Amino acid sequence: MSMQRKYLTFMRIVHTGIVNFIRNASLAIAAMAVMIVTLTIVLFSLIANATFTHTIDQITDKIDVSVYLKDTVTKPQADKLVAELRKLPNTEKVTYLSKQQVLTNYQKQNAGNQQLLTAINDTANPLPATIHVKPQDLNKINDIKVYLEKPEIMAMESDPPSYSGNLKEAIDNITHATNILREIGIIGVGIFALVSALIIFNTIQMAIFNRRDEIQIMRLLGASTSYIRGPFIVESIIYGMLSAVISVLIINAIFVAASSTLQATTLGLLDIGYAVTYFDSRFWLFLTLQLLVGIVIGAISSFIATRRYLRFKTK
Amino acid sequence: MILLDRVTKTYNKNMGPALDRISLHVEPKEFVIVVGQSGAGKSTLLKLLTREERPSGGKIIIGGIDYDKLHDRDIPLLRRKIGVVFQDFKLLPNKTVFENVAFALEIVGISHKEILHTVPKVLDIVNLTGKEKRMPQELSGGERQRVAIARAIVRQPKILIADEPTGNLDPKHAWDVIKVLEKINRYGTTVLLTTHNVEIVNKLKRRVVTIQNGRIVGDRANASYKI
Repeated sequence: MSMQRKYLTFMRIVHTGIVNFIRNASLAIAAMAVMIVTLTIVLFSLIANATFTHTIDQITDKIDVSVYLKDTVTKPQADKLVAELRKLPNTEKVTYLSKQQVLTNYQKQNAGNQQLLTAINDTANPLPATIHVKPQDLNKINDIKVYLEKPEIMAMESDPPSYSGNLKEAIDNITHATNILREIGIIGVGIFALVSALIIFNTIQMAIFNRRDEIQIMRLLGASTSYIRGPFIVESIIYGMLSAVISVLIINAIFVAASSTLQATTLGLLDIGYAVTYFDSRFWLFLTLQLLVGIVIGAISSFIATRRYLRFKTK
Repeated sequence: MILLDRVTKTYNKNMGPALDRISLHVEPKEFVIVVGQSGAGKSTLLKLLTREERPSGGKIIIGGIDYDKLHDRDIPLLRRKIGVVFQDFKLLPNKTVFENVAFALEIVGISHKEILHTVPKVLDIVNLTGKEKRMPQELSGGERQRVAIARAIVRQPKILIADEPTGNLDPKHAWDVIKVLEKINRYGTTVLLTTHNVEIVNKLKRRVVTIQNGRIVGDRANASYKI
């Protein structure tokens, strides 16, 4: 073979190699792009969900029912009331504060207001002993209400109980909004997971089509289906793994950018400060999780694609 | 070694059968040449043997394997016991000569060490020593076919099926390939060869089975080409 032909052959081999690479790369990039979007949404939903839950917990934690007792109520009577409140199914925590404790708290809260403190100190303690009832479920606060409205209980109360009424409504709205967001998140994740599985499916199908001669030869040589199928599955698992790493990096970059530019760390409902901590403290867990999701999507879609197109056909 | 009993293959019900009640018995270590015009049914016969096609009727037993009892999932195992050589070589274009032959061993899980030991020996049998690193594109047709033969025999099959292995080769290269097949047959492998080439048939002086219109019309030892 002359040098010139050798050179030509060499150039042809190189050219075909480059063309194949670009062809495969564009397929791989398409498959990976959608996978990255999917995994980013999965991770973002997870963190957003945790952050919303955290915000709601923080707010609901501050909600309780305050029962103000008349000064005539004795300690044993108060203890009995506390015990009975604790027996209610929906109470999580019941705390009794004596007149003196309430006063001390009040003084602490108003430490800056000297005039008010003097006024209070001048008189006999005007504040009532108080029982704080923390409900387990805000939506079932009625049980407690019914109990507190019994005549014999009302007789002991100096003032009507306070229910943090406005706050509850706000919390209901937040919970409702969060539930909707959660549902949208789940549907979104579902749709994107399906789309990325379909695109990987298509990519593998194309790859099988491009390599059908090679596959036919492998078959005639007695290669088992799994031997032929293996490389395709490995290929899409690699898509999944790369996408997982990239999606984690994207989320990381978003948080870094967000926490440095948004000095006020609370952006609407999404407490970015909390989200960043939540993400950072579970970085490796999330990376592992993303890798698993990526691998599963890649493996399943390519498994189905190869199952359909590498089936042994004997007529 | 090969036993066909009234084997029929019909592709299309509106047309006649491609093979019509073929019966053939080949002993171990035999060298059999199957001749016939294009469309006579030679390729169909070979496809039945490699289980690329199922017979419409009749019985096939090869090397003790009854094809009626063969599961689809066991087809790879069957194909590993039969070496096949094709007219168009069917080499993997992006693998070197060595890798192409090694590939047949890789798929059955032979160790790297054993591959390094076995492949050079087989390449020596087909006279390709020194060309291990060539790509198929860099080889002549005859050389490519010998790579294909090396690949077919590297697993030491009991049977070697060669489907028009010389069909794309000039006479000189064709003879190189035939000589290699004879050599393999001397080592104890049953060889089933289909060909068009009158000269090869006449020179080989082996058993010749003639197929015409899907039927065996001649089966003679030490025969020459006659249709």
